[in-house]
Amino acid sequence: MAIDPLELKLRPPELGITPYPAKMITLASGEIMVVREARREDVGALLGTVYPLIGVPTDYYDIVAARMYEEILGWYRHRTANEFILVGAINGVIAGIVTSRSVDHKLGMSLHTLTIKRGLRVGAQLFAAKMEDHIDYQGADEVYIVAESPIGFKRWMIEYELENRFDSYPAVRHELGGVPTFVLTRKLWEAVKAVKCTGTRPVPPEILATADKLIMPSEYTQIPGFKR
Amino acid sequence: MTARVGIVGIGHTRFGNSSAYDLVDVMAYAATDALVDAGILDQRREIDQVFVANMASGLFCHQTSIASAMVSKMDMEPTPAELIENGPASGASAVKVAYMAIASGMVDVAMVVGGEIMRKVSGWEGTDVVASMLHTEAEYNMGLTLPSFGGMFARLYMEKYGCTERDLALVAVKDHDNGLLNKYAHVQGACTIEAIADNETAGVVNNYIAEPLRIYSTCPVTDGAAALILVNMDSPKAAMFKKKAVRIAGFGSATDTHCVHNRKDPLMLNAVRIAGEKAYKMAGVTPKDISFAELHDAFVILELAISEEVGLFERGKSFLAVRNGETSIKGRIPINTSGGLKSKGHPVGATGVSQVVELVRQLRGEAEEGRQVENPKYGMSVNFGGFGNNVVAIICAKD
Repeated sequence: MAIDPLELKLRPPELGITPYPAKMITLASGEIMVVREARREDVGALLGTVYPLIGVPTDYYDIVAARMYEEILGWYRHRTANEFILVGAINGVIAGIVTSRSVDHKLGMSLHTLTIKRGLRVGAQLFAAKMEDHIDYQGADEVYIVAESPIGFKRWMIEYELENRFDSYPAVRHELGGVPTFVLTRKLWEAVKAVKCTGTRPVPPEILATADKLIMPSEYTQIPGFKR
Repeated sequence: MTARVGIVGIGHTRFGNSSAYDLVDVMAYAATDALVDAGILDQRREIDQVFVANMASGLFCHQTSIASAMVSKMDMEPTPAELIENGPASGASAVKVAYMAIASGMVDVAMVVGGEIMRKVSGWEGTDVVASMLHTEAEYNMGLTLPSFGGMFARLYMEKYGCTERDLALVAVKDHDNGLLNKYAHVQGACTIEAIADNETAGVVNNYIAEPLRIYSTCPVTDGAAALILVNMDSPKAAMFKKKAVRIAGFGSATDTHCVHNRKDPLMLNAVRIAGEKAYKMAGVTPKDISFAELHDAFVILELAISEEVGLFERGKSFLAVRNGETSIKGRIPINTSGGLKSKGHPVGATGVSQVVELVRQLRGEAEEGRQVENPKYGMSVNFGGFGNNVVAIICAKD
């Protein structure tokens, strides 16, 4: 399809993202979560899933959801360079979303991790999948990471023992707010991957098919009484 | 003969994350719930004495003197009120002290309220606060925490008796099945043995906390409160309550060495065994008479070990009983029908009171459908302080 010349000028140059093969993870509940790349046709379900959480201040859902909403639009409207989105779906229902982008072939910029279904380490699994995508599939040597909530700080900075690059600030700073930055290096990733990252590939077609058309959650534990 | 002491009111908050709330408010909620259950909300000044159970409000919440605050919040002045602190066994200790106050004849009606808000601090700060109950020089300063003790204890137990990580996971599955049905439980979510033990992805989904203990071997960090109204069943005041009393048939408590390494065999939980023996003797029953039990499974290995120490199973055999389903709701001796600390949660100061609330709910026949034990006669709770160095066992009876 022809693209308007002005629109072409507005779009960032793209490196080309290596496809991330879908995988499945059996959660503690016994439910199977399919983790796959988001496709353009998923955008409505993704935005509709994130939107209600913009009004939830608890555990910093508001800022994470608001920023992720923008990142999904940036990805959909070609306003963010080299962005990718992974989604976790249980029987097609979105359980969590992660956003990220490659700065160049060697550096990843982790954006956000949003857990919809809580208590099953969905967010932890999706974050690990994001790191797997950056380092094992995109070939990055480092991923810059910041946290916007204490939960995120515990999950990423503490549990992964990320490198603190505060000494290099402001030369090294994350794109989110330009704040001091933690880094997952390839070496660190290789050390923690076995205990942090899991999933089975290939996903059997009948299970993959359950995540083909994404479904917005009908309830959120974060929003008691929520009605769509 | 001492007075017969019964429980005529129970109250409980939904356990979980209450870090946005004030500890005294949360305890007052449970206390009000108990007063309503007892039918004496408007006669609450008839209560002669309040005992508040809490382990570390000063550290978790920067609040002290919470017994006074609780009574004031409840508009119950000038009712006397004291704080009982006995680590994670504070709750059962408060029940015991309330019993003794009534049995002594000093008071006729007592309220016990246990509460803790642990999530105002981060997880690692919370772990540090709890670890402060360990021996300062010999344990705490060496970096030991309660999960690390639980891990070492589990490893010893597994090596000695042949219990496996899968057996520990089976306890968690059973507890989560029960907690799923308990309206008060923190984690109301089932887990499957395939997902947390058998599947190839289980090692990451159910990650290690303190090897061999995994996340599903360990209780969550929980806030909440529970409350009881106790009465001298032989006093005139007993007539004011709307529900029939569940009698406290017996209790026992005991201590063990502060340092675990000073025990001849670290797998022997002597304080648990002695507390259980005392409770049985006072109640005039044996382990065979117990219909169900609430045992302090801060780590699921403790459910197994405690069940053996109080004689519900032979030593080293409890995990085989779990495999056979003997401790499930429909089993021979249901254990942790509430979901236990594993699923219901473990707000340390509240836990012992919460366990007794569960005994009462079961003995009244008020547990939710699917987790009600069939026609129970005696329920037993074991509240475990320190790493087994201060333990209180309580037996309640349906007369």
